[in-house]
Amino acid sequence: MSHFLDRLTFFRQHSEKFSEGHGIATDESRDWEDTYRKRWAADKIVRSTHGVNCTGSCSWKIYVKGGIVTWETQQTDYPRTRPDLPNHEPRGCPRGASYSWYLYSGTRVKYPLVRARLIKAWRAARANASPVAAWRSIVEQPDTRDSWVSRRGRGGFVRVGWEEITEVIAAANAYTIDKYGPDRVAGFSPIPAMSMVSYAAGGRYLSLIGGALLSFYDWYCDLPPSSPQTWGEQTDVPESADWYNSSYLLVWGSNIPQTRSPDAHFYSEVRYKGTKSVVVSPDFSEACKFADLWLHPKQGTDAALALAMGHVILSEFYVKRQVPYFIDYARRYTDLPFLVKLVERDGRLVPDRLLRAADFSDALGESNNPDWKPVAYDEISGEIVCPNGTAGFRWGQEGKWNLEEKDGQGRETRLMLSLVEQTDAREDVAFPYFGADAPETFTATAHDTILNRSVPVATLDLKDGPCRVASTFDLFLANYGVERGFGGENTAQSFDDDVPFTPAWAEVVCGVKRDDIIHVAREFASNAEKTEGRSMVILGAGLNHWYHMDMNYRGIIALLVMCGCCGKSGGGWAHYVGQEKLRPQTGWLPLAFGLDWTRPPRHMNGTSFFYAHTDQWRYESLKVSDILSPLAPEGDWDHAMIDYNVRAERMGWLPSAPQLQTNPLQLAKQLKEAGADPRAAIPDKLKSGELSFSCEDPDHPQNWPRNMFFWRSNVLGASGKGHEYFLKHFVGSQHGVVGTEESNEVKRPTEVAWHDKAPAGKLDLMVNLDFRMSTTSLYCDIVLPTATWYEKHDLNTSDMHPFIHPLTAAVDPVWECRSDWDIFKSIAKKFSEVCPEVLGVEQDLVLTPIQHDTPAEIAQPYQPQDWKKGECEPVPGRTMPDIAVVERNYPATYERFVSIGPMLESKGNGGKGLNWNTDSEIANLASLNGTVTTGECAGRPKIETDIEACEAILMLAPETNGEVAVKSWQALAKATGRDHLHLAEGKEEEKIRFRDVVSQPRKIISSPIWSGIESEHVSYTSNWTNVHELIPWRTLTGRQHLFQDHQWMLAFGEGFVTWRPPIDTRSVKQVLGKIPNGNPEIQLNILTPHQKWGIHSTYTENLILLSLNRGGPVVWISEVDAKQAGIEDNDWIEAFNINGALTARAIVSQRVMAGTAIMYHAQEKIVNTVGSEITNQRGGIHNSVTRINVKPTHMIGGYCQLAYGFNYYGTVGANRDQFVVVRKMNEINWFDKEVHS
Amino acid sequence: MKIRAQIGMVLNLDKCIGCHTCSITCKNVWTNREGVEYAWFNNVESKPGIGYPKDWENQERWNGGWVRKKNGKLQPRAGSKWRLLANIFANPDLPEIDDFYEPYTFEYEWLQKAPELQAQPSAKPRSLVTGEALTKIEWSGNWEDDLSGEFSKRSRDYNFSGVEKEIYGQFEQTFLMYLPRLCEHCLNPSCVASCPSGAIYKREEDGIVLIDQDKCRGWRMCVSGCPYKKIYYNWSTGKSEKCIFCYPRIEAGMPTVCSETCVGRIRYLGVLLYDADKIEAAASVENEKDLYQAQRNIFLDPHDPEVQKRALRAGIPQAWLDAAKKSPVYKMAMEWEVAFPLHPEYRTLPMVWYIPPLSPIQSAAEAGKMAVNNGMPDVRSLRIPLRYLANLLTAGDETPVARALERMLAMRAYMRGKTVDGVSDEKIPQNVGLNSATIEEMYRYMALAAYEDRYVIPTNHREFDENAYQLRGTAGFAFTEPRNGKSKDRDVFGGPKKMPRKPYTDAS
Repeated sequence: MSHFLDRLTFFRQHSEKFSEGHGIATDESRDWEDTYRKRWAADKIVRSTHGVNCTGSCSWKIYVKGGIVTWETQQTDYPRTRPDLPNHEPRGCPRGASYSWYLYSGTRVKYPLVRARLIKAWRAARANASPVAAWRSIVEQPDTRDSWVSRRGRGGFVRVGWEEITEVIAAANAYTIDKYGPDRVAGFSPIPAMSMVSYAAGGRYLSLIGGALLSFYDWYCDLPPSSPQTWGEQTDVPESADWYNSSYLLVWGSNIPQTRSPDAHFYSEVRYKGTKSVVVSPDFSEACKFADLWLHPKQGTDAALALAMGHVILSEFYVKRQVPYFIDYARRYTDLPFLVKLVERDGRLVPDRLLRAADFSDALGESNNPDWKPVAYDEISGEIVCPNGTAGFRWGQEGKWNLEEKDGQGRETRLMLSLVEQTDAREDVAFPYFGADAPETFTATAHDTILNRSVPVATLDLKDGPCRVASTFDLFLANYGVERGFGGENTAQSFDDDVPFTPAWAEVVCGVKRDDIIHVAREFASNAEKTEGRSMVILGAGLNHWYHMDMNYRGIIALLVMCGCCGKSGGGWAHYVGQEKLRPQTGWLPLAFGLDWTRPPRHMNGTSFFYAHTDQWRYESLKVSDILSPLAPEGDWDHAMIDYNVRAERMGWLPSAPQLQTNPLQLAKQLKEAGADPRAAIPDKLKSGELSFSCEDPDHPQNWPRNMFFWRSNVLGASGKGHEYFLKHFVGSQHGVVGTEESNEVKRPTEVAWHDKAPAGKLDLMVNLDFRMSTTSLYCDIVLPTATWYEKHDLNTSDMHPFIHPLTAAVDPVWECRSDWDIFKSIAKKFSEVCPEVLGVEQDLVLTPIQHDTPAEIAQPYQPQDWKKGECEPVPGRTMPDIAVVERNYPATYERFVSIGPMLESKGNGGKGLNWNTDSEIANLASLNGTVTTGECAGRPKIETDIEACEAILMLAPETNGEVAVKSWQALAKATGRDHLHLAEGKEEEKIRFRDVVSQPRKIISSPIWSGIESEHVSYTSNWTNVHELIPWRTLTGRQHLFQDHQWMLAFGEGFVTWRPPIDTRSVKQVLGKIPNGNPEIQLNILTPHQKWGIHSTYTENLILLSLNRGGPVVWISEVDAKQAGIEDNDWIEAFNINGALTARAIVSQRVMAGTAIMYHAQEKIVNTVGSEITNQRGGIHNSVTRINVKPTHMIGGYCQLAYGFNYYGTVGANRDQFVVVRKMNEINWFDKEVHS
Repeated sequence: MKIRAQIGMVLNLDKCIGCHTCSITCKNVWTNREGVEYAWFNNVESKPGIGYPKDWENQERWNGGWVRKKNGKLQPRAGSKWRLLANIFANPDLPEIDDFYEPYTFEYEWLQKAPELQAQPSAKPRSLVTGEALTKIEWSGNWEDDLSGEFSKRSRDYNFSGVEKEIYGQFEQTFLMYLPRLCEHCLNPSCVASCPSGAIYKREEDGIVLIDQDKCRGWRMCVSGCPYKKIYYNWSTGKSEKCIFCYPRIEAGMPTVCSETCVGRIRYLGVLLYDADKIEAAASVENEKDLYQAQRNIFLDPHDPEVQKRALRAGIPQAWLDAAKKSPVYKMAMEWEVAFPLHPEYRTLPMVWYIPPLSPIQSAAEAGKMAVNNGMPDVRSLRIPLRYLANLLTAGDETPVARALERMLAMRAYMRGKTVDGVSDEKIPQNVGLNSATIEEMYRYMALAAYEDRYVIPTNHREFDENAYQLRGTAGFAFTEPRNGKSKDRDVFGGPKKMPRKPYTDAS
């Protein structure tokens, strides 16, 4: 039967039978086996990773044979976790495992490419002109400009050399800066954590020239605004190993196996430790396989489910029985004890803002920031006290910004949660109810739009007279409809009562059986009671993509806070999407934003930028009246959404780009010549109307963004919601917008100029850096070939694990590719050569919004006031954007790019409100990297190579340099008055260098930049230092906020979490049945979650992955809907609405809930996508049927945790409340005809 | 008694996340070349589904594996030796390319090289066999991913036999499991018996089954003879290929690529000792439901001093015997009885075993019943029908599968008591025929699953039998690599061919 090794036969029989002759052993030669042995051998194995936005951050072995990268397998050498926890190996996933395919594939960009018409025009002009003059001559000639702009996306590239193409880019940049201002040059690149230096390359170039860098986390709609709202923190989450410390895992909308593949084992394994798991998902997702129970609420109704669970927990664990652990946690770590002013509105009593020390005639003895010191009743004294740790203590004083149970006067306190003992008065307080109306297929309930609920109310004598107040806790319970023996309307005697927000009510709204809701809520809470908080929710960002994402998230966060889970190992809120935690952040910031040379940088929130400049605002069909609270304070609320954005920019809440209609270089020059103080002159000019904000007229040619860089990203193939609007207005190419802005559904803005003819093609020049022909590559004018992740050096971290590890070059960049660092260096060099034609040392007037985590964040304590309406004076940094004048040495751009500037020594470094000295780090870096020897930067530390840039990050960050960690904890101790140094003890001598992480991933060092610690005893989890080190949350009360008291929050009904049905996007009715092809049409809610066969758009054209699924774009629909529409599995279908149309093949599956279409996002139209019957264009992508909807509450600023931060707070690009028409296609057309003209 | 050793594999399906990383790393290393584009030595299927190639489990159609004749003797299902030879030129049981899928690529260069077009360029798929553009791709190595396709089609799945399947097609009753598949490296391989050229053999020292690429003549009787459809015909070389269990790695004491790269950490590799003289008897027991036990019965206890003595005498190295004692595969298959062979009724005595998956409770059960058994659900309230799993793993016998699932639930209940309530309740393991020490060992291997516990692989010992000094000096030299599209004569895989090219544009 089997061959014997013939060479064994020296001492054995040659042939042998066994098993009664059934098997025979023979002795034939096995030499041929060497063939496979040779295949396995590699010449070199190199450590790298995939710089892709997935949070995986997996370390890989890259195999090189004969100078060719052959394949990759995962590294298994991570430092071990702990004896009682599974290890991290082998982190990785099918996407990463297929990456090497890209290196030599047909889609690889091998040489710089340029649109033939552009280079032809350029060469003609350049023959007789200097670079900037040449660019001016072609871009200012409308026909010439149009010749390349109008052809974008339709082929026609030619190969070009680096020298020539960088000159085109440099000339365009210099021209634009000179003509319109540097803020007309914009750049988009996401998620620096995945390849920090590559991000920093473009960030540094743009920051040095004054360009606008766009944010991504909010634009992606992955930023959960509820996180800064609640915690003052962008997003901080437990590492995945901490799942293993949980004993109850509620997996809510997160598809762990599919989208967190490398971490999924912690989830599957902890079940063997006895952890129970409930998966909440509208479809039978992969995660459901691991559940003990699968709950499938209708998509978009998660908040209803969460509210009902909260109702159960509050009723059973706070009212019928008081769990001491929960009560104590609520008192010490939440805003629930703080007092809220009640005001009368239309004869009703409604919650207003939090009461402050300044409301009392003696300000409760607080002289520093009494406006920012909320108050509460103290059980010990029975008095109202001003507890430590609120925002007022953070700024302007030291030592009392902590969560010790003390007040500002140093008295011991014990805050009172409820006023039920303090007062006998019970009054009806009104809460808004939005569920009485619901669009499309969502369920409305028959309840009043205003619900009165009885609350204990005390009356206080304040500075301005008597005032009724209630505790946040009492209001919070009333909001949930919990019966506490006060009687009155709208509280539930039993869970079966149809009162918002009981389980019986939720069953109607979300479709989950009330018994299941009650059961899961009880199990979740009693597990937390037993384990002191080891219940966890792993939350998928799909919930965050609904317009009312804050309600979904806050509903869930409330469950965790109620049960004392946040800040507890194995407990809390685990949202893992989109930011990836750049662990050595403060070491990276100076490199990425050029803070070593100039401050402040120009940052812009991506959502508002794209909303304005892709003209999606012109099609806005969401009306303020759709979303305004019936209890909104009186005010001028009836405006278009873009009007709110304009107000926010004007009041210093949100950034702008471009900033002013005037060129900021010219403006600064004029002011300098006139000897005027910009901080005085600019407000005057704005007031007089002499200056205007660009946002007031985004379609004016002076306010268009002109040059745009894309790198490490794919806006047009992945994140660009409202894809067809992008194509129509921003890019200027053919588009598939089906509807028009003349629709009577669209509300015309009042703050923004309306042009009857909207611009088509605002950008003069689009440049993409990529290694593949993505959709963005196809539409850009210039595609620069980048090194892949196996061809460069960089750093990588994630929120999922505590390690820092590198990308390293297995081979040098292939063909003519260059690393991002080298590409931007080349551009900077060429720019420095070219720009003196028009630019020298210039003054640049920069506007910045009021920033979170700076002393300015306490800018506008009460009702917002608009200077333009005369409600206040424009005061820079207080009632309007801050103003700075930055000197830019344009010809020195390259020299500055490759050296570390002196501002780190002169101004220090830091983050999150902390600052420390960096003298020794800069000195060490100079000796490590060497210094520049000549020129204007002589003596400065060198960062010429990507590895030197890595070293700069590692040297400056507390997470990778123990000495800096010590300094940073000392800086924090000043504010808190507490000793935190023990968290860095023994780490002072620890210094991580680039080559260290090349040999093995390293665990990072604990720092105050993050809210968890790295330890051998607890896994990293967010809020840990708040709870265990008594460091306040960076919010108004310094605690976790379950109440949002800003006036705009109240106006839009989101003071407390509530149920808000999806919005009506009005995008289907106008097309349903209007463009027939003879096949039945069905109307479905389209969901675009993260996919299995790509990380966003990357990998989606990868042949290996395509061969493992269906070879191109697909849309999942239910068997029920398929039957109705006559669609069979694998049929070509089209999905469309007024925003556009997409073509794909159908996957018909039982696992999809009827009424939904699931198109996993970012399947590009670059492979296997047929033409559309609707648009007569290439069928679109998932984003072709979307349009973003912005939300006024995300524009709030100047208000502690609601102050702006780059990628931190701001408008998010919501798009999920969208419906499409789906039908079978008749004609398959590839539209591959060449067009000669 | 003839003692032999084999490296066996266990896959814990309960931990499988269906990510397909195993398939991809395997493909990159072994089948990333012309002729085997469509071949996946390792693939992962979503169940219920008919799989890849389509309907592979239907042996009435493909005639794979063995049958037990009336006289109790085994014979390949496709027929006796003379029948197999008679069919060499027209094998009636051979799956066609469409049963796998027609391999394709895309016109990627078109995206960069397209002239100005009427619309945005998109790369069309093209067949790698004919070079023609494909209007529609129809199947793949994983077409039914996550329950893709109508239930009426997927439920032709063989494992539904004896199950009232209609209700499982409803949204509410959905169930899903993954089945990663590779060559089973059977103790009684029907491929070996099917090969007219004698090219297939099982290595004595580690049990790995290989197709000698020098001897293979491409008759493809093995393709139909293998009931798991894990042998692939290379259309470029004209020879058949299959999973080689990564022997270059196994020989060096390293796990197979699919195992080491398994992100779900579901795979285990370890030594099993068995009595080769009992193979025929075990594979020919009359009742199919006894095959699982019969195969267990030929495995030998590595802790038995007598077994060790005889094994050493049979030439099995001491390190292999030490490894056998620590073998996770032995623990799972023999000691804890949680792992099972795939389709034992094929009578091939497969050596890749599977732990069945738990699943969410049926929606029909009240949520309150989620915790009836020491805080854990009852095994019969789980979504995946026991009979379905039994059809897959025990020729339909539900009892052993139920016991395995009960033991896993008992592990969960016991550990929850210990970690949440601080109580170690000895009764919980006792109820399922185990003790707390065993349960804790199960927990260590199945949950903590350290690398060194998952893979216990002794290195080979060529030095015993070959001139290692000489091998050291000559290892790796072969001078047979294909260069610039041309191959040297001695390349066993043959050289690459050029795909036929057609113009990208529609006629204009």
